[in-house]
Amino acid sequence: MKKMSNDVLNVLLVGVGGQGTILAGRVLSRAAISLGGEVKVSDIHGMAQRGGSVVTQVRFGPRVYAPVIAPGTADFLVAFEKLEARRWLPYLKAGGCLIVNDQEMPPLPVLTGAATYPADLVAVMGKLVQNLVVLDALDLARRAGNVKTVNMVLMGALARRLSISREAWEEALAASVPERFLEVNKKAFNLGWEQ
Amino acid sequence: MPELLMGNEAIARGALEAGIRVATAYPGTPASEIMATLMRFGPGAGVYAEWSVNEKVAVEIAAGAAYAGARAMASMKQMGLNVAADAVMSLAYIGVKGGLVLVVADDPGPHSSQTEQDTRLFARFAKLPVLDPSCPREAYEMTKYAFDLSETLGLPVIVRPTTRTCHACQDVALGTIPPRPPVPGFEKDPRWVIMPSLSARQHVWLNRQQRRAGEEFTNSPFNEVRLNSPAGVITSGLSYYYVTEAGEHLGVKLSLLKIGTPYPLPEKLVVNFLKQVERVLIVEEQEPVVEDQVIRLAWRHRLPVEIDGKHNGYLPREGEFNPDIVAAALARFLAIQPAGTPDRPGTPTLPARPPLLCAGCPHRGSFYAFKQAARDRKVILTGDIGCYTLGAAPPLEAMDTCLCMGAGLGLAQGLARVQPDTRLVAFVGDSTFFHAGLPPLVNAVHQQTPIVVVVLDNETTAMTGHQPHPGLATGTRQKKIDISQVARACGVETILTADPLNLEETLAVANQALAAPGPALVILRHPCPQVAKPAGRYQVDETACIGCHTCIKELGCPALRPDGNGVQIAATCTGCGLCSQICPVAAIEEVV
Repeated sequence: MKKMSNDVLNVLLVGVGGQGTILAGRVLSRAAISLGGEVKVSDIHGMAQRGGSVVTQVRFGPRVYAPVIAPGTADFLVAFEKLEARRWLPYLKAGGCLIVNDQEMPPLPVLTGAATYPADLVAVMGKLVQNLVVLDALDLARRAGNVKTVNMVLMGALARRLSISREAWEEALAASVPERFLEVNKKAFNLGWEQ
Repeated sequence: MPELLMGNEAIARGALEAGIRVATAYPGTPASEIMATLMRFGPGAGVYAEWSVNEKVAVEIAAGAAYAGARAMASMKQMGLNVAADAVMSLAYIGVKGGLVLVVADDPGPHSSQTEQDTRLFARFAKLPVLDPSCPREAYEMTKYAFDLSETLGLPVIVRPTTRTCHACQDVALGTIPPRPPVPGFEKDPRWVIMPSLSARQHVWLNRQQRRAGEEFTNSPFNEVRLNSPAGVITSGLSYYYVTEAGEHLGVKLSLLKIGTPYPLPEKLVVNFLKQVERVLIVEEQEPVVEDQVIRLAWRHRLPVEIDGKHNGYLPREGEFNPDIVAAALARFLAIQPAGTPDRPGTPTLPARPPLLCAGCPHRGSFYAFKQAARDRKVILTGDIGCYTLGAAPPLEAMDTCLCMGAGLGLAQGLARVQPDTRLVAFVGDSTFFHAGLPPLVNAVHQQTPIVVVVLDNETTAMTGHQPHPGLATGTRQKKIDISQVARACGVETILTADPLNLEETLAVANQALAAPGPALVILRHPCPQVAKPAGRYQVDETACIGCHTCIKELGCPALRPDGNGVQIAATCTGCGLCSQICPVAAIEEVV
């Protein structure tokens, strides 16, 4: 099996432009700094942010070299949308964990009838991935008080499965989110954690 | 405690620590956050920072400050350097007094650009030293150093990060921001007045500075030698990390020359390295800038070393590198078994998710109305760079050409000259209008070429992250420039304005402009929904909807979704109301 640098943890955050993967990546990497090693994050800004398929790559460990993750080497794939989960699935390593928001955001070709949104995506991915976490992050975000906190719900679900302290996450949240939105984001994070 | 900084933030921080006085830029992905950071932290540190009208002006302003001995920086994306090229090429001959750094961000891939041009190659053409950071931390260090180097050589220095450094974040240990040093002041001297006789002398000086720069780089901490085996790698910029990772992954220890100063290449350092290896693989993204120089040096010093790289197909000249591409090249170079991609589920054919105009985007109304007006006429729609380039995609398909900033206006004039039976409509954004639209507008009026210029005025530079432009007054001491007054002063006789989210009004204006005898200018103004508050929401009356899906098929709005035989309007609706204006059965109504 292929391995990147020793002890480096690779987390891929994928979704649809506008869903907040960049902010989620920022919170995760600020929290990961607390582990004392190196952190590298890679985003794509610009045109793709207008509703396109987007990816944020976070790597942390004692020494991190490349800022991007090779296919088949992600420890965690956190998908903000189901179709994007399937699109990026080849990046998840064997035995890696897929956290997927059970939300369907049809892309334009599907909306206009030029393509069909694949059926039963979660069931299909369940057959390909042993370590699968499915949650309705949109509903949890709504319960937290703001539908835009889907990203923090997913970070909460991821945090539960990483060995970064709760305090580090809280500090990272406070450092990344404007104060007036901090409470609702914390609430969303906690709801995700409980999943 | 180190801070997590984006490469662009790290570059801005480096400039602040180096004591800059003036910072200028025009927005462009992946460089925009450099100025965004300087706008935030610069004024408090005594730095004048501005979004300039275009990159050429930005470079000239920064150069002016450097003429007076102040440190200055202009930042831009790679194609912005093309706009600034006229100033930059001459500036190399004239030189500077205060440190002048040009940060030019390249975009291999490309992710958000028209070309994959390599600024290191441009630097070589302009005869300017260039630094190639491998990560945000090094970008920060290099930016600080670049100002010293610029003053040592009396030349502007280029720092060239790529997307994966600009938009990568890393923990960076920061220094302090010192107080601004006093400005020595401009000294009148014929050296600032470029004339052919001066250029002839300065060219000799400039060539001498190339050798000096190469010597400076011999002991640069950004270049690093490791001797381990007769097989070596020479690598520049970000590729250094791909090489390191691939080496670890393949379990090989190679000799390595890491280059942070790709032009001019430090000759002694490279020749010494080449003497101690039998074969080298040169790993650099984009053009073979280091490779060409290494081949030249090896030939000139008669070194019997095998040089592999782009010229013999070990690595591609196009696209972005990644760990797999570099690992495969390294395995081939060492004639060892490549690691192979792990056996993972493949990807079935999935629906693509192209970027698209946002829900509530006023450009949708502009494009829809002009397409309607063009239905019974022969019309070509030209455009250029911005969110509105997305209007080329289905279902709107309202842009027939896109070349570069402002090119829609020029191309339209050329097309009009050879296709007199065709009406030409040139779409241009508000920020782009000021950046590159003024000279071609003046030209069209002067030559009386009957094109219709449509300014899509969403009151911001949207695509790059909502920067201001001269059509707005965001600062306290700025004056807003009115586009219609500019057009009137340029001699445009037909000037029309409409709200693009009012289809009837926009269609009327489009028809009027297309019927105008001379050049016409239409301003379609409505603020970008990413900046403005939503006007409200719309909903579908299920009893009235006939399920024709006209709204979805014609507008391609991401808030409209088929819902069985009806249509559902998602929460992303901003209440623009376009769909209600085209619904054939008036089934879409405002939520009150």
